[in-house]
Amino acid sequence: MVAALTVGTRVLALVILGIGAIVGLAMAVAGAGQAFGVHGWIVLIYCLVIAWRVMLQLDAPEPSPSRLRSYYDDPIKMGVVLTMAWAIVGMGFGVWVAYLLAYPDLRYDAAWTGFGRLRPVHTTGIIFGFGGTALITTSFHVMQRTSRARLAGEFTPWFVLLGYQLFVILAISGYLMGINQSKEYAEAEWYADLWLLVVWITYFTLYIRTLARRAEPHIYVANWYYLSFILIVGVLHIFNNVALPVSWSGSRSYILWSGVQDAMMQWWYGHNAVAFFLTSGFLGMLYYYLPKRAARPIYSYRLSILSFWGITFFYVWVGSHHLHYTALPQWVQTLGMTFSIMLLVPSWATAANALLTLNGAWHKVRDDATLRFMMVAAIFYGMATFEGSFLAIRGVNALSHYTDWTIAHVHVGTLGWNAILIFGAIYALVPVIWRRERMWSPRLVEWHFWLAVAGTVIYVFSMWNSGILQGLMWRTYNDAGTLQYSFIDTVMAMHPYYMGRAVGGTIYMIGMLIGCVNIWMTIRKAPEAGYLRDMPKTPAGDADDRRVPAE
Amino acid sequence: MDVSHDTLVVIAKTVGLFLLIAMFLAAVVYAFWPSKKAKFDRAARSVLDDEDGPCR
Ligand code: HEM
Ligand code: HEM
Repeated sequence: MVAALTVGTRVLALVILGIGAIVGLAMAVAGAGQAFGVHGWIVLIYCLVIAWRVMLQLDAPEPSPSRLRSYYDDPIKMGVVLTMAWAIVGMGFGVWVAYLLAYPDLRYDAAWTGFGRLRPVHTTGIIFGFGGTALITTSFHVMQRTSRARLAGEFTPWFVLLGYQLFVILAISGYLMGINQSKEYAEAEWYADLWLLVVWITYFTLYIRTLARRAEPHIYVANWYYLSFILIVGVLHIFNNVALPVSWSGSRSYILWSGVQDAMMQWWYGHNAVAFFLTSGFLGMLYYYLPKRAARPIYSYRLSILSFWGITFFYVWVGSHHLHYTALPQWVQTLGMTFSIMLLVPSWATAANALLTLNGAWHKVRDDATLRFMMVAAIFYGMATFEGSFLAIRGVNALSHYTDWTIAHVHVGTLGWNAILIFGAIYALVPVIWRRERMWSPRLVEWHFWLAVAGTVIYVFSMWNSGILQGLMWRTYNDAGTLQYSFIDTVMAMHPYYMGRAVGGTIYMIGMLIGCVNIWMTIRKAPEAGYLRDMPKTPAGDADDRRVPAE
Repeated sequence: MDVSHDTLVVIAKTVGLFLLIAMFLAAVVYAFWPSKKAKFDRAARSVLDDEDGPCR
């Protein structure tokens, strides 16, 4: 992969990595003896390892200029592998945390084995590690194909992909050492946040520059979704993380907002992380891979545009439904609730658009597990948004909030929609990128599909039961007018459902591991498709030399 | 600057309402503009066969 870069790019990479290594060393020295110093060492080692990799091939011959006429897929290949690696980490910790809740004794004395430190490793590892890497990877694929243009630049894609990995590594290693700014889904501290900002702005400009080179007149709708994801997550990230560090040599910082403003900012961020990270970006994925795999254009392109504006516009108002019955003014809560209900319209329009695309091609869904992954994802998307709009109603939220019902809703969305869609997209993507006829074993894809669906259903039903039972027990009064159940009664009642969840999660994880094997074997063993498909052709079928770009 | 709750409510019920309606109409008009249909149809089909160039 390094050999495919020009010598100039290799040197540039070494310079940037050198700067990174110096910053890391400075952090390690300034923060010696604290967790901040450990982060310095991590930065240093990360940069040195990549630099060593570049060094190994520094003297390789210059790549041929004809490569500039084809798509640039090397970062996508790396991205697929990293996505699956994060799936193992994120789900591994998820399963661990699930067993820990069922058996609270399942830990050592070390502080890092506590629930409070392991849980954010699961959420960050899975959302930002697995989900984020999948979004970046697929966006590199989608932006090139829909624009019929090569990625703008050969250095920036690597900077974005690998820089983002460093952010996630800093975040989760920090939680294990106790570095946490106590904002859900934004737990990372100030220096990691600043680094993510640099990476994110680079990502945005890379996207825009690639679109600017496009050969297609119209920007395909999937790109709109990806772009709104990048843009709005950037804005949210800035506002929710304006913090003043206590010193340059420590991790602690204080956020600028205080009290209820801080809470509102946090959940404006928190919900839009759901909206633009876990929904908008993933809809971009859906709008590309589903029509492509089904070989049918999207049912209604117009509807996709309308729902785009509906989703982007409504979502930014709904964060306050996380703060029902709090110090937040009542009217702000009502506002969030109202917009949450309206949000159901564009959400279901989108799910319907996806399913209607498949109408008339159900035989393909039956035969092709990859397409079935995407169809099931669209169904779970419809379920998660319906449930979400329902939970946002203040009276319903009074029952569901703080209970496992929220956890059920979360995992309908994340297991059923996000992760299953990622698997579908990856199974569609891997043979194309590695130029294989198909996945190594279609039967294993089939197995993965059924394990994923079974795991999701077991997980979600356990948590629905647990959540509603828990909520009802908390509000049951006896004849004397006092609470019927003590808190520990409700905890004991949860145990069987926690076991169910752990089993469902394990099944889901096994499916994912089968997927990893299949992807690995596809890369190593599957029969090659004997053609280079993305080379431009003249009508006569010869390579077209006129289109060498100026870069 | 202190904005009272009443002021906000008035703004929300007047400007806010019409702003939302206007934005909604703008999106509908854009999506359903007749001459755009051909362009959208083409875009919807364009993803089906994008592995062989032209690539620039
Ligand atoms: C192997 C599958 C998985 C298992 C066993 C699992 C398990 C868990 C557990 C035990 C919790 C903590 C619940 C609590 O605090 O009571 C949790 C929370 C969470 N998980 Fe998972 N998880 C899995 C997959 C995923 C995936 C794929 C995603 C995202 C793409 C995800 C996102 C989340 C989020 C966002 C939360 C926090 C929910 C909240 O604070 O309300 N999980 N998970
Ligand atoms: C119309 C769409 C949706 C609406 C209106 C909605 C609404 C809600 C509501 C009301 C809550 C509970 C808040 C609380 O009681 O604290 C919630 C939690 C959550 N939802 Fe949704 N939801 C929607 C779609 C989704 C989707 C598609 C996902 C994707 C994975 C998702 C992920 C989450 C997560 C992660 C949480 C937990 C937040 C926390 O940590 O407390 N939601 N949502």
